[in-house]
Amino acid sequence: MSKQYAKEFSYQELMVTAASRELKNHEVVFVGIGIPQLGALLAQRTHAPDLTLIYESGVVGTQPARLPLSIGDPTLVSGTYGIFNFYETFSMLLQRGFIDVGFIGGAQVDKHGNINSTVIGGYDRPKVRLPGSGGGCEITGLSKRIIIITPHEKRRMVEKVDFITSPGFVDGPGARERVGLDGGPSAVITTMGVLRFDDKSKEMYLCSHHPGLSVDQVKQNTGWDLKVSPNVKTTEPPTVEEIEILRKDLDPQGIFLKKGVT
Amino acid sequence: MAEVMAAAEAVHKFVRDGQLVCFGGFTHAIPFSLGHEMIRQRKKHLTVCKETPDLIVDQLLAAGCVDKLMFSWAGNPGVGSLHAFRRAVEQQVPHPIAIEEYTHFITGARYMAGASGVPFMPVTTSVLASDLAKHSDVFKTIDCPFTGKKICLVKAVNPDVALIHAQRADCDGNTQMWGIVGSNREIAMASRDVVVSVEEIVDSEIVRRDPNRTLIPSFRVKAVVEEPWGAHPSYSQGYYDRDNQYYMDYEKTTRTHEENEKFIENWVLGVSNRQEYMKRLGAERMLSLKTKSYYSTPVDYGYFG
Repeated sequence: MSKQYAKEFSYQELMVTAASRELKNHEVVFVGIGIPQLGALLAQRTHAPDLTLIYESGVVGTQPARLPLSIGDPTLVSGTYGIFNFYETFSMLLQRGFIDVGFIGGAQVDKHGNINSTVIGGYDRPKVRLPGSGGGCEITGLSKRIIIITPHEKRRMVEKVDFITSPGFVDGPGARERVGLDGGPSAVITTMGVLRFDDKSKEMYLCSHHPGLSVDQVKQNTGWDLKVSPNVKTTEPPTVEEIEILRKDLDPQGIFLKKGVT
Repeated sequence: MAEVMAAAEAVHKFVRDGQLVCFGGFTHAIPFSLGHEMIRQRKKHLTVCKETPDLIVDQLLAAGCVDKLMFSWAGNPGVGSLHAFRRAVEQQVPHPIAIEEYTHFITGARYMAGASGVPFMPVTTSVLASDLAKHSDVFKTIDCPFTGKKICLVKAVNPDVALIHAQRADCDGNTQMWGIVGSNREIAMASRDVVVSVEEIVDSEIVRRDPNRTLIPSFRVKAVVEEPWGAHPSYSQGYYDRDNQYYMDYEKTTRTHEENEKFIENWVLGVSNRQEYMKRLGAERMLSLKTKSYYSTPVDYGYFG
């Protein structure tokens, strides 16, 4: 059966569907709220019904019946198969190495995949004080793969973040290993394209641009001289089914899809 | 063993100016009623410890009760910013505060060390790859004596008092909880004094028929407060949903210090206790937050008498 692609969709919806496709069935995923959560819930309702979704509130194996508004929403508890306490969640699930994918967003992402959710400006006298790490630092430090989801804007996609809250490849090759960490970010899904990381330089490059956008447009909205894959493609559009699930089932009020990424 | 008392008395007796006060709950079961009582009693110079400060600590900040905040994620969950927190850090309004910032895991590990009676807990080195490491002195890095690999040690926290909300307790203070439990057991075991507010006080027999559900044993609890809706606007699993409208209203109506003070006047200082607060909230809104029952099947512990 050939796929039926949706004729009309937003780049935000495409970001969610592209993120969803990064997840494989049977994986254990540590999920952040907002757009990342929509991607994981979409995967669970389409190609990956046996995903185990874990939220930092300790809920394990959740299949929420309504859209959770926060990482501790009571709908996450209704019908989930387990609940860990706070320390256990981070120690026995994440630190122990049982998380396949960390699936998160961020206010600023840089070319080495570091995420800033702490401050814009200096730490001691910040221009804007953001919420801070939460689970982020250990999610990106300890998950086997990391998928970052963020709107693609010049002020968000920067050469170097103001503050590394959640480490990607830090300043390049060997940096994670120096402090004893494996893994690292594997993809950045934005409103303009799908980006991955060069094995040698650990720098982000454009793998595919979304339909209707040019490589130049993506480069213009990126805060550094973005490298482009010689085989750069157009991102596969959302299917009719995916768009229907997103709009009718997951986020009918457009709480996350209309507001943007938090 | 605990004494049953009103929120005002419990806060008066067990929360003192200048203390290290730890709030329980994690999005679920945040002890708003006990926190509001602290604002009404004009507590001062507190150090507050809460991984997710939520609106309650934001209100304490706006009310000028806090000198120092220990936290790991300071946002309005699912909604946006905590404006009083941001004003305190960005503009030193209403007065400058000290912050001690960690990751969630480090906060949890510090509680666990405090609860376990050891001076520190080892945690993996993720934080060393972040910039947080440059701004905090609560952890040290050593070479593991067994593997030789680098490992971080984070310092125990032992608060003066822990404030916790749960679904039920008996008169002695045996406290039971279900749903998302956060760090409630750890902070109860780590703190010197523990004050618990509950949706209902139940007969000891109910607790003893289901001992696996007990999070905190009575000998650790100083005061039990029967406070239905004591976690509003956060939620209580099985009792009421989160009042998301309140969280969204707070985001919109606390963008200046003056607006924030007005909000606190209306919802905290302008009422004398939780009953008056609930009256202000109104029956219609309360009913809209009530949840449909969804019982678990009773388990058979067997009687081995």
